[in-house]
Amino acid sequence: MTATTSSGLSGVPLALTPLNRKDFTSDQEVRWCPGCGDYAVLAAFQGLMPQLGIRRENTVIVSGIGCSSRFPYYVDSYGMHSIHGRAPAIATGVATARDDLAVWVITGDGDALSIGGNHLIHALRRNVNITILLFNNRIYGLTKGQYSPTSELGKVTKSTPVGSVDYPFNPISLALGAEAGFVARTIDSDRAHLTEVLTAAVAHRGAALVEIYQNCPIFNDDAFLELKGPKAPGVIRLVDGQPVTFGPDGARSVVRRTDGSLEVVDTADADPARVVVHDARADDPTAAFALSRLTDTGVLQQAPIGIFRDVDRPSFDDGVREQVEMPSPAERLTALQGLLNGSDTWTVN
Amino acid sequence: MSEVRSVDRVVIRFAGDSGDGMQLTGDRFTSDTAQLGNDFSTLPNFPAEIRAPAGTVAGVSSFQVHFADFDIRTPGDRPDVLVAMNPAALKANLHDLPRGAVILADTADFTTRNLAKVGYPADPLTDGTLDAYEVHALDLTGLAVAAVAPFGLGRKDAARTKNMFALGLLTWLYSRPEQGTLDFLARKFAGKPDIRDANVAAFKAGYAYGETTEVFTARYQVAPAPTPPGTYRQITGNTALAYGLMAGAAKAGLQLFLGAYPITPASDVLHILSRTKDHGVITFQAEDEIAAVGAALGASYAGALGVTSTSGPGMALKMETISLAVMLELPLVICDVQRAGPATGMPTKTEQADLFQAVFGRHGEAPLPVIAAQSPGDCFDTAVEAVRIALTYRTPVILLSDGYLGNGAEPWAVPNLADLPAIDPGFATEVPADGEFLPYSRDDKLARPLAVPGTPGMEHRIGGIEKAAGTGNVSYDPDNHEHMVRLRQAKVEGIADTLAPLQVDDPSEAARVLVVGWGSSYGPISAAARRVRLSGRPVATLHLRHLNPLPHDLGAILRSYDRVIVPEMNLGQLAMILRARYLVDCESYSRVRGLPISLSELAEDLIAIIDGKDGR
Repeated sequence: MTATTSSGLSGVPLALTPLNRKDFTSDQEVRWCPGCGDYAVLAAFQGLMPQLGIRRENTVIVSGIGCSSRFPYYVDSYGMHSIHGRAPAIATGVATARDDLAVWVITGDGDALSIGGNHLIHALRRNVNITILLFNNRIYGLTKGQYSPTSELGKVTKSTPVGSVDYPFNPISLALGAEAGFVARTIDSDRAHLTEVLTAAVAHRGAALVEIYQNCPIFNDDAFLELKGPKAPGVIRLVDGQPVTFGPDGARSVVRRTDGSLEVVDTADADPARVVVHDARADDPTAAFALSRLTDTGVLQQAPIGIFRDVDRPSFDDGVREQVEMPSPAERLTALQGLLNGSDTWTVN
Repeated sequence: MSEVRSVDRVVIRFAGDSGDGMQLTGDRFTSDTAQLGNDFSTLPNFPAEIRAPAGTVAGVSSFQVHFADFDIRTPGDRPDVLVAMNPAALKANLHDLPRGAVILADTADFTTRNLAKVGYPADPLTDGTLDAYEVHALDLTGLAVAAVAPFGLGRKDAARTKNMFALGLLTWLYSRPEQGTLDFLARKFAGKPDIRDANVAAFKAGYAYGETTEVFTARYQVAPAPTPPGTYRQITGNTALAYGLMAGAAKAGLQLFLGAYPITPASDVLHILSRTKDHGVITFQAEDEIAAVGAALGASYAGALGVTSTSGPGMALKMETISLAVMLELPLVICDVQRAGPATGMPTKTEQADLFQAVFGRHGEAPLPVIAAQSPGDCFDTAVEAVRIALTYRTPVILLSDGYLGNGAEPWAVPNLADLPAIDPGFATEVPADGEFLPYSRDDKLARPLAVPGTPGMEHRIGGIEKAAGTGNVSYDPDNHEHMVRLRQAKVEGIADTLAPLQVDDPSEAARVLVVGWGSSYGPISAAARRVRLSGRPVATLHLRHLNPLPHDLGAILRSYDRVIVPEMNLGQLAMILRARYLVDCESYSRVRGLPISLSELAEDLIAIIDGKDGR
């Protein structure tokens, strides 16, 4: 069995014949609302999968509950639509039991950050070899429009008619705080960027979290309007090894203050020595965390996208498998019989 | 030289502070007893606090061992001998002692301050409080410290050997072999020669003390119990449970994956399986109970045997995932080592009050098989059966044990794995001739085919949304839902078709009163029945391993007796199920003291019932 050389997929057998996007399209009718950002992510995913060169049957998609969690039904691979918030836990079992599967988790802001917050942070800090796509639309869609743990303060929804009074999570900051080795953000409206980030995420061995800004046209339309399009002034594109500048003609730059925190200034006024050069491979997540804080907490005008952090460390499931030995079936029964006998037996004749 | 008297059975309770080593002492005495071929049963009883305040009643830890020259079923209600290492141990256990019982007390701790701490105004060893007992008040600590003087230990370490001195003395008193404990100490303290030698010296000094002083006028022996030929060892329920899961997985040729979160009294299952990585066992200590069962379900989906172990509060947290497993129809074994509840309840004390939770505790119509172990060794067979049912029927299975079974030990005839039937997981590997794989089609047992990820041509999606029969696609069709709900029910009920006929135990064949039990009440019920029969009264007993589905022949059996008594460590959960199911006036006999049901009390009450003198 040939395996891919990509680290995140090493151990996953290669397809015998080339596959195409149709091979990853199930016979089920896609039932998201017209204009939903989920369509773009599904299309990018189905476009990417054949490029990975792995066998379709060795792909497993586990999702929780929510609009985005219907995703597995639409991809012709193995998949499980599970229960609210628990997909990272279930995927941990799948990935730990089998080293020959590419395991994806599809989740949303309510699923991953509210009811399933505990499983998300532990899957990240354990570094299970799974790729988590967090569809963040900053609203509960499937339950018809309540505020979510990423909704901005003051959000008016059905359950907060006079405005929410709780502070939102920044998923990137949370993931970095949870010791994730791969943390990235992309946006449904930029197919090329989406594909590029997903490609890097699946190549990463260990837990990879990709936050995807995803528009909900029904309950939270235009939440990411200011970040849409190639010339969106508020999009801070992170490119490894490059100075962090953005806006029309790179008019804005991210510079480090003397206290280590970051600020955005006009490039014209920036001291070139203080302009941050992005280093996604830095072992210390402090700089990545500081970049994540450039995200608006309220209505989004400005947010970095790209790969915040991509560092290698041994994955949980590899570590588990290293400790476990599976004897041959015959040896296994002999060894178990020895264990049953123990060291302190007596015989009655 | 003291006279040697033969007795048929003895119950000894070792009691002291949590840090006094009473569990170890009891465990060693049990091992030496096992080597002599006595039948035995043990009951460890300890506080939930790791080191409760020293010298308080709350901090008392005890270990009871019952051994006999015949087949016994319980650790005994009332100790013949109490070893009390301090006033708190005496105070906490005295009410359980029958008149005439032997009390061996360590006087070193019977200081005015320690006495006052537990509310003794004067020393009960000397003020007449214990006149009804045979009291041996010895300075065990002082004697042990003197015995280990040559090893130059500090005062604290020297005093800690008092448990070995007591063990040596009891080993002499009950004519147990010494070698097992000597070997054990050599192993345990191999890296600490001073400590090893001091413990050996204290143990030998205790033994010699019995032999050379005239404190005890007689020593005792208990002959081996008649036992079927075979190889035996002692085993706790949690160990047997872990090994049974391993045996089931090995017989099925599947990797065993345990997802667990630490919880008393089930943690030992996690500990034991974590030590067997060289047997192809993966253990995953999850972030919470929900993740533990979730990961186990994921592992089952991936083609391993997923198992989770927990106790009552953990069961409550796992229920949503167990319901998903019912919907997905994936194999999964859930082991509930029950403890006294609700909430934190009494974590180290036993109870059988999770039966309703196991049978009914899910949302929607979510039937699943529930089986219960009846003794520590039986946890092995029950675990193997749980694995077989889970794989055969593609279903989660709940296995009920409890704290008494989990921590208690008994002699166990080591099974020969070659004699266990193989378990065929029967994964689907060949695409059907017509080219369509139907993950929710049915075999003759109504089980569905399982194709694990990595199987080409059978890619499919499963999920918690109701499925169309056959294809497994999402379906909101009313008729399909009704069909699937009834189908899942029929599948689980069909397991009853495979059960062996129930065995009613009634040597007289004349009993009019039937006692029905489940789980760990097997011991007290069968021992009480024996006592009732010895009094010349007939009584029938029936023990249920399968609690869902119930065996087909149960209703007819219940209806054939004048009275049906159901002893349980809950407020009548099985009794209620039996009444609802069979419209038979089953009478609940319930005790919820965190302890096994008292066999002597049960025997007395059964006699009153049989004699028609219970006021009914």
